[in-house]
Amino acid sequence: MNLTVAGAPHLPPITTVGAVMRQVLYALVPAVVAHVWFFGPGILFQITLAVAFALGFEAAMLRLRRVALRPFLTDCSAIVTAVLFALSVPPLAPWWVALTGMLFAIVIAKQLYGGLGHNLFNPAMVGLAAVIIAFPIDLSQWLAPRSLSAGLPGVWESAVAIFTGRLPDPMSWDAISQATPLDALKTGVAENRMVAEIRDAPIFGDFGGLGWEWIANFYALGGFWLLYRRVISWHVPVAVIGTTILVSTPMWLIGPDINPSPLQHVFSGALVFAAFFIATDPVSGCGTMRGRLLFGAGVALLTLAIRRFGGYPDGVAFAVLLMNMAAPMIDRLTRPRTFGHPRGERP
Amino acid sequence: MADFDIGNQLHRFPGGLKLRHHKQIACREPLRPAPLPSRLVLPLAQHQGPAGELLVEVGDRVAGGQPLTRARGDREVPIHAPTSGTVVGLDDVEVAWPPGGRAPGVLLEPDGEDRFDRSDRPADWKSEAPDALIECLRTGGLAGLGGAMFPTAAKLRGPFPPIRALILNGSECEPYISCDEMLMRERPAAIVEGARILARAIGAEEVVIAIEDQMGAVRKELNAAIRATDPDVPVRVVQVTTIYPEGGEKQLIQVLTGQEVPHDGLPQDLGLVCLNVATAAAARDIVVDGRPVVERIVTVSGPGIARPCNLVARLGTPVAALIEAAGGTTGPIDRLVLGGPMSGLPLASDRVTITKGSNCILALRQEDTARRQPVMPCINCGECVRVCPASLLPQTLFKHLAAEDYEEARDLNLFDCIECGCCAHVCPSHIPLVDHYRHGKGVLRERGIEDARAELARARFEAREQRLTEREAERQRKREQRERKLRDADAAKDEVRAAIERARARARGGSTGDGE
Repeated sequence: MNLTVAGAPHLPPITTVGAVMRQVLYALVPAVVAHVWFFGPGILFQITLAVAFALGFEAAMLRLRRVALRPFLTDCSAIVTAVLFALSVPPLAPWWVALTGMLFAIVIAKQLYGGLGHNLFNPAMVGLAAVIIAFPIDLSQWLAPRSLSAGLPGVWESAVAIFTGRLPDPMSWDAISQATPLDALKTGVAENRMVAEIRDAPIFGDFGGLGWEWIANFYALGGFWLLYRRVISWHVPVAVIGTTILVSTPMWLIGPDINPSPLQHVFSGALVFAAFFIATDPVSGCGTMRGRLLFGAGVALLTLAIRRFGGYPDGVAFAVLLMNMAAPMIDRLTRPRTFGHPRGERP
Repeated sequence: MADFDIGNQLHRFPGGLKLRHHKQIACREPLRPAPLPSRLVLPLAQHQGPAGELLVEVGDRVAGGQPLTRARGDREVPIHAPTSGTVVGLDDVEVAWPPGGRAPGVLLEPDGEDRFDRSDRPADWKSEAPDALIECLRTGGLAGLGGAMFPTAAKLRGPFPPIRALILNGSECEPYISCDEMLMRERPAAIVEGARILARAIGAEEVVIAIEDQMGAVRKELNAAIRATDPDVPVRVVQVTTIYPEGGEKQLIQVLTGQEVPHDGLPQDLGLVCLNVATAAAARDIVVDGRPVVERIVTVSGPGIARPCNLVARLGTPVAALIEAAGGTTGPIDRLVLGGPMSGLPLASDRVTITKGSNCILALRQEDTARRQPVMPCINCGECVRVCPASLLPQTLFKHLAAEDYEEARDLNLFDCIECGCCAHVCPSHIPLVDHYRHGKGVLRERGIEDARAELARARFEAREQRLTEREAERQRKREQRERKLRDADAAKDEVRAAIERARARARGGSTGDGE
């Protein structure tokens, strides 16, 4: 009898890194579909481009690091980074946006730190922050949602715009692009207009931005599925959304003219997306459960602060990166009390 | 003593896993004795602690139940001849426990008569003194039959605060293992009587038998057995929800009482003693029948076994013989595990024999154990944190251990890890976490020994230094004394000389102007 003597447990683990990553991708499908419905097929080009660049960079870096390609290319982590990035940039952003984003995300933020599991910062958000700073104009050109726009760009127009950086005749940016709801709010408040007044603009929907609020709902749907599948824990989403509501409600009650409502905050921009898909990134986040609550709360607070006082309409990317810096310290401070040890004792 | 009730309200322990049960496959057949093999191989140490003193020689004819070793204290547990026969060898034998390899043992060739000598036992245990009962259990070779093989006498004999309750652990939470369930089904009266004996031995006010909620029939049978016996000590059956590793002593106590056993303490500190149901039944057999621990129920199961079943096996029966008695294997076996799939010990061969703690033989095929990917880096997913019943941070421990930062791991309470395997089972990166913890503990223990050794050497060196300095100081003191004495002697001489001088001067006629 030829017996293997290996340590317990003697059953294979119940999941794999690849399976976890793939479930994140499945959970994004509803939001992507909604995105296509409201903003046209541009997003699909962005996803394709970002995935292609991400896998290319990942393979090149693995080769340079002399690490086995197969397990790390098939773990789907680069694809997840690429898709999360693609969902954060305007649908018609030119191809170099994806290229630069993935260069920063995969090469610098991930592989130079040691690859999967070793990055200190959320790769997708590093990529996004890089392109926000590098290409501010490209990153501000968001499309107007369906029903507001003269007509969404089709597959051909999208392809031309993305690959040439110019819109095909007779389209013009003025006709198809529009400030995002958060943008409109920010500039409106700066012009001393009241929030209620700003919200009368057609770009706003029932509680968030037109179209955006639905996409947020679909992100939440995917997020709930991830919770159900135990791919993510409830701590981060609850902390992000809960803190946003908790902090924005009194501000809204005190100054409803300059402060948007909690619903507006939750359903605009990338907050729901971040709550379920970005701040939940395990690698760059916190490992303890109480740490995750603090991490999520920090993301929400910083996002609100940047929205209110900062230079960008939405601050999710920067909020996440700043909290990534704090994560190791939070982990240290939130170590649980070990079983059987006196209360109040922390290792 | 802390104020809490036991089992009236169930509590949760942190973490844990709901695992798929595979117990039923070995429960379809009733218990049956395994055939007596042609040779029994009995390691002298079948418990935690040193082996007893050997009592037999090669060529001795022994009766079943006759002690083969003698225990010289509560930490040693004697072994007994499982059947009548001849001692044919005293040799190092292959063992699984602990920590594998070879250890001294007795080879016994059964004569087939299965003649038994009853050991000394009290006429009526109900009037026997607790200490005498413990002594009887000790000489009967009782050790924890749940798998840990802790010497029972050491657990029962104080000093500790008054014992409030005896908890009998019938919640075997590992998949596949069903020996305790079968025992509870077939010998409920023995368990209850054993419980009463043990309760008397420790002066427990009550007995709580904890079973899993999936063992409905067992509850009825135990309750019937409880009603049928003398109600001197209240005995209750409590059903606990099946979550791995609920069968762990500390976890079970937390579920029943909400109390945590202190990390540097024992259940006795809470007024509790926790024993396996099989230990209770064996206690009854020792005290009532005068039959020491010579056999146990072994679950032979797993996808690699043709007819999974529970067998009553004499100690010393080789694993191979049990597998054969269970219809053999279904095909090539990749792994043989002693114990359950989550925390069992992998066996290097099927020549290893059954000892007091061998609750299950699990045969797994390649496809049952195959991992679906190579080991990947930790992605800090935190699943391990969620399932850890000791509230440790498995991923942080792993990172420190991988960096060989053992001291940091110890400071993060590495030694509180119970090696249940939950973390490794949920790890998506397939990191063999338990292996890392075992290794880390081993290194730290070794360092502890080395540190102790270095400390001893240092103490010895310092003592020697001090001795030398003291000797030197003594020498110095003596020399000074001598010198002083000499000096004093000189001074005395000087004085004498001076006196003589003065006398002489006076004798010369007082012309020195002394004023006399």
